[in-house]
Amino acid sequence: MGDLSGENSGIVIPPSNGAQLAVDEYNATNPKVKLEMIKYDSKADPTTAVSLAQQAIKQDKVVALVGPAFSGESKQVGPLLEEAKIPSISASATAVALAQNGWKYWHRVVPNDGVQGPAIADFIVGAAAAKKVFVVDDKSEYGKGLGDAVRGQLKTKGATVTDDALDPAATDYSSTVTKIAAAKPDAIFFGGYYAGAGKLIKQLRDKGVTAKFFSADGSLDKGIIDSAGAAQAEGVLIGCPCRIPTAAETDEKVKKFATDYKAKFGADPLIYATEGYDAMTTFTKAIATGATTADAINAAIGKSDFDGITKHIKFDPNGEPSAKSIYMYEVKGGQIGLLGDTTTAKLG
Amino acid sequence: MFDNLLGSFWPYTIDGLILGAIYGLVALGYTMVYGVLRLINFAHSEVFMIGTMASAFVVMTLGITQPLTGFALVGGLLLMVLAGGAASAGSAMLLERIAYRPLRKRGASRLAALISAIGASLFLQELFALVIIPHVFNRPQQGRNQMGVARIMQKDTLFTIGGAQIRVDQVLIFVASIGMMILLDLLVNRTKIGRGIRATSQDPETAVLMGVDIDKIVRVTFLIGGLMAGIAGALFVLQFEVTKFSIGFLLGIKAFTAAVLGGIGNLRGALVGGLFLGLIENYGAAIFGSGWKDVIAFTVLVLVLMFRPTGILGESLQQARA
Repeated sequence: MGDLSGENSGIVIPPSNGAQLAVDEYNATNPKVKLEMIKYDSKADPTTAVSLAQQAIKQDKVVALVGPAFSGESKQVGPLLEEAKIPSISASATAVALAQNGWKYWHRVVPNDGVQGPAIADFIVGAAAAKKVFVVDDKSEYGKGLGDAVRGQLKTKGATVTDDALDPAATDYSSTVTKIAAAKPDAIFFGGYYAGAGKLIKQLRDKGVTAKFFSADGSLDKGIIDSAGAAQAEGVLIGCPCRIPTAAETDEKVKKFATDYKAKFGADPLIYATEGYDAMTTFTKAIATGATTADAINAAIGKSDFDGITKHIKFDPNGEPSAKSIYMYEVKGGQIGLLGDTTTAKLG
Repeated sequence: MFDNLLGSFWPYTIDGLILGAIYGLVALGYTMVYGVLRLINFAHSEVFMIGTMASAFVVMTLGITQPLTGFALVGGLLLMVLAGGAASAGSAMLLERIAYRPLRKRGASRLAALISAIGASLFLQELFALVIIPHVFNRPQQGRNQMGVARIMQKDTLFTIGGAQIRVDQVLIFVASIGMMILLDLLVNRTKIGRGIRATSQDPETAVLMGVDIDKIVRVTFLIGGLMAGIAGALFVLQFEVTKFSIGFLLGIKAFTAAVLGGIGNLRGALVGGLFLGLIENYGAAIFGSGWKDVIAFTVLVLVLMFRPTGILGESLQQARA
């Protein structure tokens, strides 16, 4: 369930396709119970999501749900599923509060927003060995929240932090750039979306600031290279809780997924496609153990313990994934490539 | 708090002046139309946007992958400026013909013209987001995304002043903007058409009795305002190398503020207001942080208008100053 046709469908169709792929693979093994996947297009509207959830529970009698895709609709749909005792796994809802409702049937395979900021901060002081870090945010709920999380963690790790904010709709960032140039940081972190990040990177490099530039999932888009220019964007590092297959993929399982996905849907797997696949695989594995009722499936996924393509799939009692991997991506030669898990990745 | 400003005084000043020059160029369009028609042409921000789009289109069509040098660079820049100027001047005149003249001929209130301006502005934005960017720029489904423009000239540092690196492109932008404004000032003060513009803004009825063709003057006013906005658009693309369907919105508001700050209806006021606004923004950002940039700019606007309601240089296009 998620926004399959609205303006945010770009990040919901890939996980939906990923889930479809997992169902098809399972059915191809000729199991006793074949699975049917029904899509619910909530258009990211919580009210629509609630009525669709009622339809799913009462008429379609689903036994498991992948989704809802976003945090807002998850918050509304959660209590319904809880009451009906239907297990759910979201591939992309990242709000921290969702895991704090005491829901027993709710799960997700992506680490929450509280994990990403500190993990990137650890990488900045660890692998990038930066002592002075300049943190810029775009004043949005997302950008400021993330920027503050990074600032907090950097300070506990003993790094010096200077900061500034910018308006993502503006174009001239010269005052921010001058401030950064004067602070002479080892690294720069930007909390915000790719359009602002791209303009900031270009103006920084044009002013001769060469400090390493970091950003997070909101900037993980090819548009960052288009806006900054390939030469200026070179070496930019972007963290994300998602695991996106890249052109130079080395992981065999992810590579196979990417090939299968492309063959079936005629497009490259984009953001959260792998997470959607893992979410559905968790269900198919549970069903393969013989669980067919919603309650039995929920009990079985609670005991999940296997290697998915994005991470090791195992759930905490509150439904959070036990593996809280944040991945680091690097811009190289005009392409975004995977560098690795933030805890183990090294800078070349 | 202040050490940041004092420590990097020159970089803040230079950047402020360059941005201010672009504000000034766009502000001219607001101020001239206001002087002649007493109309705030809110669609002028879209005229600027069309200028950036036309010059981005030139860069795209030329297929530039490496920055140009020598005569190729001069040619490329001229082409950008010409395309930007022509597209903006053309659209400003079209706008006048379609959105304003019919209202003016029927004696509609100024409020009606203002609504018409807002409508035209939204229409143009959506036209680019839905039709022109996806099809002409060949970016299907990305009409609302920011669009990067290839680098046309190498941005080498020319010299440094007090720690501020002055780049070739910055000098070019500043000199071109100020040059255009001086030319315009001469045009309005020294030529026959300029006298017509001044006469119309002073007293339209008497100007008609004296044989001034008002329609022609209005056309010329929109043409010049559009031309300036188009050149500003080309310089903007040169400096920032990005554009977007809504790029004119914020810049338009700033330019309009600059026009009011300098004294709306006053040509030299547009320049003074633009430079003043650019500097205030950057100094304010240096002291309070860049997040406060707009707050400071508009606080200063309110303060200036409280003590000088007609702006820094005073209102009129007709009096001796302009």
